[in-house]
Amino acid sequence: MYRYDEFDERFVRERVAQFRDQVARRLDGSLTEDEFKPLRLKNGVYLQLHAYMLRIAVPYGTLSSRQLRQLALIGERYDRGYGHFTTRQNLQFNWPKLRDVPAILELLADVEMHCIQTSGNCIRNVTADHFAGVAQDEIEDPRPVCELIRQWSTAHPEFSYLPRKFKIAITGAQHDRAVIKAHDIGIRIVRHTESGEVGYEISVGGGLGRTPMIGKAVRDFLPRADLLAYLEAVMRVYNLEGRRDNKYKARVKILVHEIGTEEFRRRVEAEFALLDGPSVNADPEELARIASYFTPPAYETLPQDSAALAAAKAANPEFARWVDTNLTPHRVPGYTAVTISLKPVGLAPGDATSEQMRLVADLAERFSFDELRVTHAQNLVLPHVRQDDLFAIWQALVPVGLATANLGLITDIIACPGLDYCALATARSIPIAQAISQRFADAQRQAAIGELNIKISGCINACGHHHVGHIGILGLEKRGIESYQITLGGDATENAAIGEILGPGLPAEAVPDAIERIVSVYESERDAGERFIDTVKRVGLVPFKAAFRELADAAA
Amino acid sequence: MAVLVKRPPLPAILLANDLLDGDVVFAIAGADGRLGWTRDPGLAIVATDDAAAERLEGFAATALATHQVVDAYLVDVDLTAAGPVPRHFRERFKTLGPSNRPDLGKQAGEGIATGRSA
Repeated sequence: MYRYDEFDERFVRERVAQFRDQVARRLDGSLTEDEFKPLRLKNGVYLQLHAYMLRIAVPYGTLSSRQLRQLALIGERYDRGYGHFTTRQNLQFNWPKLRDVPAILELLADVEMHCIQTSGNCIRNVTADHFAGVAQDEIEDPRPVCELIRQWSTAHPEFSYLPRKFKIAITGAQHDRAVIKAHDIGIRIVRHTESGEVGYEISVGGGLGRTPMIGKAVRDFLPRADLLAYLEAVMRVYNLEGRRDNKYKARVKILVHEIGTEEFRRRVEAEFALLDGPSVNADPEELARIASYFTPPAYETLPQDSAALAAAKAANPEFARWVDTNLTPHRVPGYTAVTISLKPVGLAPGDATSEQMRLVADLAERFSFDELRVTHAQNLVLPHVRQDDLFAIWQALVPVGLATANLGLITDIIACPGLDYCALATARSIPIAQAISQRFADAQRQAAIGELNIKISGCINACGHHHVGHIGILGLEKRGIESYQITLGGDATENAAIGEILGPGLPAEAVPDAIERIVSVYESERDAGERFIDTVKRVGLVPFKAAFRELADAAA
Repeated sequence: MAVLVKRPPLPAILLANDLLDGDVVFAIAGADGRLGWTRDPGLAIVATDDAAAERLEGFAATALATHQVVDAYLVDVDLTAAGPVPRHFRERFKTLGPSNRPDLGKQAGEGIATGRSA
């Protein structure tokens, strides 16, 4: 993992001191709320429905055990004993008091953490494939590039007051697990088709929210050395030409859409040609220094398959089901990546108690080279686990409610906090997720349905990624009650697609039935072994709309 | 948002978030008739006419200016035996807490038993 150098350390400590002073000036009346709000937002402090909310950055989703333990401590000491992992790979505390935030930031700084770039119109924390460094289909670990971009973008004087927020996601793998096509910039590490050289494919103009767009490739192959200069060229075009007259049209996706991909590419290339590349691009020595923090851990030489695992699976069907569901193949023989589901049936997706965080931290320290990941799907990952250790891990997870076997299944639901917490929300998300997971709680049924991603947002801002859910659910207000619009056919992977609306909105209580109908159509239409999303793509929306229509008419 | 928005239909109560703690507070009339803040929505003073609403708006403006609260605004309510209940579901949640966690927020009695003022 990356470790702060003296500059990182000093920068974060100075920001804590500044914010402590800003809070003091707010409390003594020297600062009005209008003056204070942009300052608190630059430090991750929002005002939500019931309380302030603190959003803590987990850069590219990588955490150490020590850091997770500190989050557990903060949750216990200053919050309500739990935190919420988000689709931005961040952690949010829902109940901090403003007076306590400076102390919380000090505790975060003690473990090289902060809340910088979690809000405001800046380049936000860079997100990444949660299986970075371990995935079998990976060309290269994307995290050194993520860290380079963090260092380049943090407090970048030219890009601190952008027209709107700006999100960058990076993957080093063929299969996109970082939803890069739904980000302002999506970066994919690629190998040149002829030379074999490693470089980057750059997409721009993706995003969800009220105007969902899939990112457009503006460079199929960018040489490694040119990355920062090219990003700077993209940012300059956006900063100069992105709209500032209307916040709903201020994201780069609107600029790309309005002038067209070709014209946007032309302007970026023109800016790139004018830039003094060597003065912007990272010194290769610096990139090598950063990369050295991400060298693989000291794996043992192990056989591909574990006899201990096979024996434990044979003796324990529940464990076998968890193993068959929650593991991801590792590039090193004998190892695996374990996803710890934060989606137990009937509870809020992404929530973890301080007790659970401590347990996971202990497991990461003991069994995963002291490292864990936060996924955009609101789960945790132990990335480097010996297959021999899986049974011990599972036994530790069961008593704290963390052994749910549902990775990628219908109950592995993404849901934003919605109107249970969020001041922007128009409807609740969490109870919808709870109701669906209860309806489909039966493990065998889930396994029979197979891979199916449900994503729920409580407003049009789409923090719950509903547009790219196989089934997307958007909570709105309709004539004074919560109403849920259902979309079908969204895809968050390299085949990124925006889902299409099935029909009129439904009341909350009708949503589980609607999901049931959709699943029934899939079960009757699918070919042998065909995934839900592939059936939807093959047969189209017509049979799903017909089934949905009956339900919507009954609910109307 | 730190400023008042358009007045809703009456009857209405005034709610806000406490500046220091962030939790939801409601305007209340003290024994001497002066306005203050309570964390108990059941005790919120209800404005049933324009004069009372204007008084609450004036109190909100003062409280915002003197840095006691943030995001103060009037909310239209139904009058029930248990006290005023916001008509809109968003504001009802604000007087209760997260619906998935009945152990948290005002629905769990947080801040109410102590009767602390803002």
